[in-house]
Parts: sequence; C-alpha cells; structure tokens
Amino acid sequence: MSLRSPLSRARGLGSAKDGVHHFWVQRLSAVALIPLSLWFVFSVAQLAGGDFYAVRHWVSAPTVAIALVLFLGTMLYHSALGVQVVIEDYVHHEGLKLAALIGQKFLHAVVGVASIFAVLRVALG
Amino acid sequence: MTTKTPADNRPLSPFMLGQYYRFQWTSMLSIIHRITGVGLSVGTLLVAGWLIALASGPIVYAQFAHCLTAWYGQLLLFGWTWALMYHLGNGIRHLFWDMGRGFDIKTAEKSGYAVVFASFLLTAAAWAVAYAL
Repeated sequence: MSLRSPLSRARGLGSAKDGVHHFWVQRLSAVALIPLSLWFVFSVAQLAGGDFYAVRHWVSAPTVAIALVLFLGTMLYHSALGVQVVIEDYVHHEGLKLAALIGQKFLHAVVGVASIFAVLRVALG
Repeated sequence: MTTKTPADNRPLSPFMLGQYYRFQWTSMLSIIHRITGVGLSVGTLLVAGWLIALASGPIVYAQFAHCLTAWYGQLLLFGWTWALMYHLGNGIRHLFWDMGRGFDIKTAEKSGYAVVFASFLLTAAAWAVAYAL
C-alpha cells in the first residue's frame, strides 16, 4: 500500500511540464492545415481526369512541390498528434498503449517521409 | 507493490455511451469529429499512395488511377473529401472555443448546423470542380 496521496501520485506521473505543448502544436498545425488542405483538395479536383503526365507536370512546379511538402508534413504531424490522443483515451492496457503510441509515431514518420520523398523525386527528377 | 484501489477499478472511456449517456446533437458532432479524424489519418495512406505511384512511373500510376476511378475508389475519395471538410469546419469551431467564444448551448448547436451544412457544400463544390470543369 502506497502512502502517497492520489494527488502526489498524479503529480509524479503528470505532464512533465509539456502538457500545453501538445495542445498548442495541435492547434498550430490545425490552423496551417486550413489553407493547405483546401488548396490540396481543390487543386487535385481540377486535375481529375488528367493522366500521368498532367499530374507530373503539376507536381513539378516549384510552388506546388513546396506546398505539397508543407501539406504532407503538417498533415502527418497533426495526424500523429490526434491518433496519440485517441490511443491514450481508449487503450487502457499499459503495455498495449505504449506499443500503440510508439507504433503510430513510427508509422506516421514512414508515411510522411515516403510521400515527401515521392514529391521530391517527381519535382527534382 | 501496488494494491488495487477503488480508483483503479473505475470504468474507463467509452463505457458510458448508450448506457448512461444520452446522445445530443453537439455530442454526436463531437464524436464524428474524432471518427473523421481517425478516418483521415487512414486516408493519408491514399494521398501517400497516390504520390508514390506518381513517382513510380506511368504504368504504376495508371494502375493506381484505375482503382481510384472505379466505383469503390470514387466512394473512398468522396468519403475522404467529406471527412476532411467536416473535420476542417468543426476544427475551426474548436478554434473559436479555444479562444473562449461560442460556448453557450444555443451558439454551439447553431455553429454545429453551420459546420454540417458547410461540409456538404464544400464537398459538393470540390466534386463539381472535379466533374464539371
């Protein structure tokens, strides 16, 4: 039996003083995604029906490639932050939770790097 | 050594849904925000796959485009578009709450209707651009 009070235990296991950081970067990435995601959806909608060469031509433009890299990086980052919260809320087994939290971070990093690499390969190739 | 305290045995989220918790318009919108968020996370694979196919050359791209233009691909894309527009609109609603605005129930319900309306409008606009232009 622990003699520590529940409050003391909560403080010991607490946010390590970075609790606000997650909140803040989630909002910051959300604000950045407002123009980026709208631009992406309506640009890709305009490309609909276009073949490989039309899409490659679009991605090759420097401004488009830069915007795509910004969109992908911000979206994957925002996604990782959100999925983290969902796991923390619903996965109650400690070991499973830790594995899921690490796994989702790695997965987001892989998808982010792979998609950004693809854009750069098209734009610089 | 830790012993189980009553606090360790407390029910954990989302135990209350349906059992003790009555759904309302605002809480439905809240859970849809989370569901669309997770859906969009899975949907990033679609965006990444599209760009990787593009980088892999015309043959791979044609195969990927073939799947996307099939009925299931279009359905997936339509779902992705709506999920994005909803999450975007409701995200803006959240940003206003973060600034301490629009918290009273009447306003929260009204802004919820506005978000749902805007999500369908923006989805329709995107697909109109894709098909009509």
